[in-house]
Amino acid sequence: MLDSKERKRLKDKARELRERIVEVTFACGGAHVGGAFSQHEILVALYYKVLRIDPKRPDWEDRDRFILSKGHGGIGHAVILGDLGYFDPALLKDFNKTGSPFGMHLDRLKVPGVDFSTGSLGHGLGLGVGAALGARVAGKDWRTYVVLSDGECAEGSTWEAAMAAGNFRVTNLTAFVDRNRLSLDGETEKIMRLEPLEAKFEAFGWRALRIDGHDFDQILEAVETSKAETERPVVVIADTIKGKGVDYMENQIAWHYGGLDEEMKEKAIQAIRRSK
Amino acid sequence: MAKAQGLTWTVLDADHMTQAEIYGEVLTQIGLKDRRVVALTADLAKSTKIGKFEEKIPERFFNVGIAEANMIAIAAGMTEAGLVPVVSTFATFASMRAAEFVRTDLCYQKRPVKIIATHSGTSFGQAGTTHHCTEDLAIMRSFAGMTVIAPADAYETARAVSACIDWPGPVYIRIGRGFEPPLHRSMDFDFEIGKAIPLRDGRDITVIATGVCVLHAVEAADRAAQNGVSVRVLDMHTLKPLDEEAVRQALLDTRRIITVEDHSVIGGLGDAVADVIARTGKGCAFRKLGYQDTFSKVGYYEDLLHDYGLDADGILDAIGQVLKAEFEADEDWEDEI
Repeated sequence: MLDSKERKRLKDKARELRERIVEVTFACGGAHVGGAFSQHEILVALYYKVLRIDPKRPDWEDRDRFILSKGHGGIGHAVILGDLGYFDPALLKDFNKTGSPFGMHLDRLKVPGVDFSTGSLGHGLGLGVGAALGARVAGKDWRTYVVLSDGECAEGSTWEAAMAAGNFRVTNLTAFVDRNRLSLDGETEKIMRLEPLEAKFEAFGWRALRIDGHDFDQILEAVETSKAETERPVVVIADTIKGKGVDYMENQIAWHYGGLDEEMKEKAIQAIRRSK
Repeated sequence: MAKAQGLTWTVLDADHMTQAEIYGEVLTQIGLKDRRVVALTADLAKSTKIGKFEEKIPERFFNVGIAEANMIAIAAGMTEAGLVPVVSTFATFASMRAAEFVRTDLCYQKRPVKIIATHSGTSFGQAGTTHHCTEDLAIMRSFAGMTVIAPADAYETARAVSACIDWPGPVYIRIGRGFEPPLHRSMDFDFEIGKAIPLRDGRDITVIATGVCVLHAVEAADRAAQNGVSVRVLDMHTLKPLDEEAVRQALLDTRRIITVEDHSVIGGLGDAVADVIARTGKGCAFRKLGYQDTFSKVGYYEDLLHDYGLDADGILDAIGQVLKAEFEADEDWEDEI
């Protein structure tokens, strides 16, 4: 359990960064804002509480590795990296603009703090299994964290990687599935049924946990559980709400990707400030 | 050179190891000295001979099962730990099944993963089109940042494998099934990535070949010499970066060029050479030998190379035709080239 002060720190940080995501979305004309908000507490918990990192040394060999397999959540990732000081957050005013280092899917060679370039779905878990196996071979004690979308669990390659992680007993890896139940075309369960997700991962040799993906206590407890696990990789199925924090975006497929005008931006910021 | 006898080349009772065996052996020797090197395969450790690495260094060997895309992703991830992964599977799977992973996880991210793609071209002749691969050079050349090498024989493969470990970024090394006769007599020759090896000097025409076709080009040149035709042969083992200077020099000296590859004529060596020639603005008699926008029939490899005009007989025929071809030569050729 988090003490109340720490919980408040994380919640305040999450609110502050949600507002920045809104500002950047407004400035750049459009972004994957729905998914950025559903993954948000997971990323905030990892970056402000869990990851062994040093923003002054983005290439530090012994840092933990983070892979945003759902690369379209890049706007949320970039806002966090800027806030931590990997780069001047003012640079984000050029997000998505011609020649900017910040495209909607982040490039590891252009954005300090990004360990893997993602955007094409179904790559992140395999990359993560490789990073974790690499650390094992090289005798390194860093951990690898991967955040997947639920939609990309329809990719065969996600399951190739899941099978390998189970087979090689990759325990220095923690995977999250941002289970917001909506992908671009609609509800995941109507497009391509994913459930029972926990049973699927368990059948592939994983230990599966199911949590509320917006609850910091549950996220951090799941991380601790995964670190203590010595036999199986751990996947955390995090039930989330697409567009979380902005009432008019929540659970709305239309907010998979969208732009904001001045009025929508103000409404979004007010909603975020009202949220608990 | 070794001759085709019976069903396949008689390499198994030759003094020389096969192309695949020698790379397995060389890679193992490299791995014993260099702890950064890890080896991966997708259930083809035996066929590709990368299994030799497993025998000696099991702790740095990973068989990911029949999942080529995942093999590439895992290898890309391993580079985060400072490792240099060498992966091996059949060319058709490395270049097509896993293509987007090679492009996005290796080339785009500049990951130093080395791919040894076996059974390229029609070298697995009897297996048919699913196991042939006459597209990989085109695909791999088109990926920004990819180095593409097609060694002529086992010794060149050994040299390429040694050279690729510290070469920056991803490398695609394309070899055959492993039963091809040797071109060189040992590993003792000048080999440099991106530098063609001149095998025969000649003034009448140049044959630029890659992979197994180099051996046939040499035989064709030697047979042509008996009829008084002077054929230059270039072993263009590296398709990217291409030795453009060697192509321009051949153009200047011979003005007639034939390319030969166990690959489609679209996007491979022939197109790479044609691109260099076109940029010079000079007239040239030119012919591309390869698969002419077709899938190969099933058959023994040496039969296929013969029937599609890629062996010494086919090259010799093409030499005769290209020597007769007319082209527009300009007067100040030597000044401008």
